Amino acid sequence: MSGLRADLRVDRGEVVVEARIDAPPGVTALLGPNGSGKTTLLLALAGLLRAERAIVEVDGRTWAGDGVDLTPERRSVGLVLADPVLFGHLSLLDNVAFGPRSRGVPRRAARDRAREELERVGLGDLLRRRPAQVSSGQAQRAALARALATDPDLLLLDEPLSALDPQTRSRTRADLATRLRDYPGVTLLTTHDPLDALTLADRLLFLEAGRITQTGTPAEVVARPRTAYVASLVGLNLLTGTLVHEDGWSVALGGDSQRPAGHLVLAEAPQGAAAGEQVWASVNPAAVALFSERPQTSARNLWLLRVESVTVTGQRARVHLTGDVDLVAEVTLGAVAALDVQRGRELWAAVKATEIHAYPA
Amino acid sequence: MPALIGVAFVVVPLLALLARTDWPQLGTHLSSPVVGQSLRLSALTTGVTMVLVWLLGTPLAWLLARSDHPLTAWARAVITVPLVLPPVVGGVALLMAWGRRGVVGGPLEAWFGITVPFTTVAVVMAELFVALPFYVVSVEGAMRGLDRRVDQVAATLGAGPVRTFVHVVVPLVLPGIAAGSALAWARALGEFGATITFAGSFPGRTQTAPLGVYAALEQDPDAALALSVVMLAVSVVVLGALRSRWLR
Repeated sequence: MSGLRADLRVDRGEVVVEARIDAPPGVTALLGPNGSGKTTLLLALAGLLRAERAIVEVDGRTWAGDGVDLTPERRSVGLVLADPVLFGHLSLLDNVAFGPRSRGVPRRAARDRAREELERVGLGDLLRRRPAQVSSGQAQRAALARALATDPDLLLLDEPLSALDPQTRSRTRADLATRLRDYPGVTLLTTHDPLDALTLADRLLFLEAGRITQTGTPAEVVARPRTAYVASLVGLNLLTGTLVHEDGWSVALGGDSQRPAGHLVLAEAPQGAAAGEQVWASVNPAAVALFSERPQTSARNLWLLRVESVTVTGQRARVHLTGDVDLVAEVTLGAVAALDVQRGRELWAAVKATEIHAYPA
Repeated sequence: MPALIGVAFVVVPLLALLARTDWPQLGTHLSSPVVGQSLRLSALTTGVTMVLVWLLGTPLAWLLARSDHPLTAWARAVITVPLVLPPVVGGVALLMAWGRRGVVGGPLEAWFGITVPFTTVAVVMAELFVALPFYVVSVEGAMRGLDRRVDQVAATLGAGPVRTFVHVVVPLVLPGIAAGSALAWARALGEFGATITFAGSFPGRTQTAPLGVYAALEQDPDAALALSVVMLAVSVVVLGALRSRWLR
């Protein structure tokens, strides 16, 4: 069986990571907020952290479990961290040759391999440089070359782009994507940037407070987010409630007694869900229309909400609203000015029934 | 004003030492047997001491820097005791351990006929006892400053603990090792109390340079002064090396 199969429980005090992972060859992105245990998970897979329970199988070989617990140096693993962590006393060439040398490859062959790996990440003319003499992006590419020079079965990338400045970041992201396409093993990439995940990964895996909350291809996740974190990451509103069937379909919002429940009118019956069941409903922020006075609209869902905050990206603004429901509306800057949007102002928010996408929880 | 007094307090004796030195005859004094013998012995014993310091101290410093074991804190405390212990007490302690009736020395003599005290070996042991903590403390500091992720990455690249230590850790903390070595060597060179207690002051066998100065002060003051000037020069060179860019 190829790919990674792992079942881990690691107690790190602030977070207890308990996760089961199946990752086929290719790139799987591990997304989660800060402190959700992403790094802990990677370090445990590499054997660098003591786990209460660890079953790790890679390409059918047992690294941990069944009384086996290989030390990191005996696992075929490559590790790239946010900082390159190159060995400062060695040239880039010797940094990359270090892995093959450690695994018993003769000096000449190890250096040839290192040169080849560095050329593949575009560093063929900086072989003799010390880590202190190259840019952060170059150092990070050298770190990738070093990790791949041992032909690892499992490649672990822990926020590999997060320490780079924005410009270097997008270049390095492209280089990383190119290099990873040629890598036949399993790559596990942690990030909290959806752009990294969507451009680099074939599969997404969400980790929140130490638990896996959702897995799937990027398309699946975007279509059906299952937690507020996932929805916010892919830029959608996510509401949850009970499916109701009374002259038409709707969702009774607010499972908790704290907030008075509203009703979300649906255009059609959601697939795979029956009345009385819990459902998710996602709403694209661009489909939320705002009005300063109660509008004459055909939209079936209408709430009077209070503005909490406004963020501007490019020509669009995202207006965060709160009230009977929490919604984000994406409107033009012109609309922000016309509606006099500011914190605390009350606005009418309307969503057409056809714009609400409901699916079973 | 107090600052000036402080400086003067340190500088005046050093100047006096230089002023009273018989410079024209320095060469003659240095060639007197007591000087040559004790300097050679000091060079030999401190050399051997430093080799032992490196071999024992470097792995020990690494262990202290990285181990999370509860006993590590105790080990660290124990190893630093000689830093604050009066050297004479160290000498007495060594005598109690390795002396003819000592805890280890007794059986050693009874079974193997080996006597440690009042030999050149005892000089090295006294120097090692006082110098090792200086080295371990300063190298451990440098090793603690080393990013833990460096050893983690090395491990994922297939390097076992020994290879990581030799090829990654030691080269990266070389400045710390150099600084620790200079401190430890200066301490070993100046060692007096523990040596005279545990090894005595036998010319050619256990009389190192500081003991030589003390012994010569009565019979041949000029030789004592010459020897002192040599040690002062060596100290200044060590200090200069410590202050140089490479060691900082």
